[in-house]
Amino acid sequence: MVNDPLIRVRDLVQHIGGQAILRGLDLDLFPGETLVLLGKSGGGKSVFLRHLIGLMRPISGSIVFEGQEITGLKERELEPMRRKIGMLFQDGALFDSMNVFHNVAFPLRERGESDPDVVREKVARSLAMVNMTGHDHKMPVNLSGGMRKRVALARAIISPPDVILYDEPTAGLDPIVSDSINRLIRRLQRELNATSLVVTHDMTSCNHIADRVALLHEGKIYFLGTPHELRASHDPVIRDFVHGRSGETVY
Amino acid sequence: MQAFPMLSRMFEATLASLGAITMLVGETFSSIARGRIRVGLTVRQVAEIGFGSQLVVVVTGAFTGAVFTAQAYFQFSNLNMETAVGPVVALSMFRELGPVLTGLMVAGRVGAAMSAEIGTMKVTQQIDALRALAVSPVDYLVVPRTLAMLVSMPLLVVECVGLGILGSYYVGVEVLNIPGVYFLANIQKFSEASDIVMSLVKGFVFGGLIVFISCREGLRAKDGAVGVGRATTATVVTCSLAILIANFFLTMALNIIFPAGQW
Ligand SMILES: Nc1ncnc2c1ncn2[C@@H]1O[C@H](COP(=O)(O)OP(=O)(O)O)[C@@H](O)[C@H]1O
Ligand SMILES: [Mg+2]
Repeated sequence: MVNDPLIRVRDLVQHIGGQAILRGLDLDLFPGETLVLLGKSGGGKSVFLRHLIGLMRPISGSIVFEGQEITGLKERELEPMRRKIGMLFQDGALFDSMNVFHNVAFPLRERGESDPDVVREKVARSLAMVNMTGHDHKMPVNLSGGMRKRVALARAIISPPDVILYDEPTAGLDPIVSDSINRLIRRLQRELNATSLVVTHDMTSCNHIADRVALLHEGKIYFLGTPHELRASHDPVIRDFVHGRSGETVY
Repeated sequence: MQAFPMLSRMFEATLASLGAITMLVGETFSSIARGRIRVGLTVRQVAEIGFGSQLVVVVTGAFTGAVFTAQAYFQFSNLNMETAVGPVVALSMFRELGPVLTGLMVAGRVGAAMSAEIGTMKVTQQIDALRALAVSPVDYLVVPRTLAMLVSMPLLVVECVGLGILGSYYVGVEVLNIPGVYFLANIQKFSEASDIVMSLVKGFVFGGLIVFISCREGLRAKDGAVGVGRATTATVVTCSLAILIANFFLTMALNIIFPAGQW
């Protein structure tokens, strides 16, 4: 690779409740690419994403973002980095005391945008991107899981981040909406030159959006390559995963 | 011997909580000092705390004043000292009952709600979402609640005391026929500015105890709905004990500054 990685993870180790979740994980994320992270459910993919924005601290290992080691930073020192990263949580994590509009407007307002017209226009555009126009006044509890996730995505991209971390963006969505989310991920990559890390179970989605694919298995990156190489692999662990034969929930 | 490990664990846990609360207090005041104050959220919290507490404060104040007056009257009338009932009730309300009862009521009404709300946000990852959006949960959640509580509690205490005196007046003068003029004159004669100051100081301190204990319990909630319930219960119990214990020490300390019973 010509470029330096935007995020460089080395030998990341995390245990939760005596259980080893990450056991020396290495991964590089290069500027502008879309990397898909596959792995069994319960395998530590969400835990891994949480480390990347400093929501969890590893037991050992290193995470370097734009040349800066972030594992030792204090909460306040993490803020500049977090402003550059958009995170879509697995179940959305919408603010349940705010309606859809205020959820999506939240990051704008927190970054000092006070002109109501600008806020309204940007929120409308962001909601349109995820096919959620016209649901502005609904409360999160009254949305279906898929709708919640799309609103969360609208919130994550409203002030366009350099890096977007997607935790299962298409899980629980119907095929048509899934397809539009896949297109959106592609489009954000193209138009904003966003770097994306997408955790998914969805092989269709993976084939559609991935520049590179990583497979997380037993706390490490077991496979790293192109989607084509993944499909062509004869490794039993990979084959089981690709063909959905491991008792894995396939959405 | 069996008791020792348990006692030492409890002691350690208490120290750890005190440490964590102290850190939260430090972070909160450093945010305030840096001007990270969200005025809109603070005003909303003042409204929430102020209006939300009206019913409990009014009822607590009025009925405590009333019942205390009746008891004092039954005792004092034997000594022909009925007109002393007013100042006795007023001073007790200002110095002890008003602040403590308001504190306990606000802990149950507002503190519990705060820790349930923040705890729910914690277990549903909304706190993480805030952090991921580069918004500090202390700035966004704790600072507005702290400012609102520190402003509201002294006022609520004064309101409670005022209603206590009103309740006392009604029962003493209207029901038990203590001469109204003496009743009021004696209250005025024996209450001083220092009694009001003591009320306000205690209200302020109890407000601080409630808000920091509630926020801390909420922010560390885990394990879903059960955990939120646990945090809420812990908030009410801890706040109540903290208020009762702090009240004793405040009384002793403030008594040195504003000695009681100079009359
Ligand atoms: N806060 C937590 N407390 C206890 N265990 C956790 C916590 N978060 C994750 N885990 C455990 O870590 C493992 C990995 O979880 P996760 O990263 O969510 O998996 P997935 O790959 O499906 O996203 C699971 O066994 C899960 O039970
Ligand atoms: Mg997950």
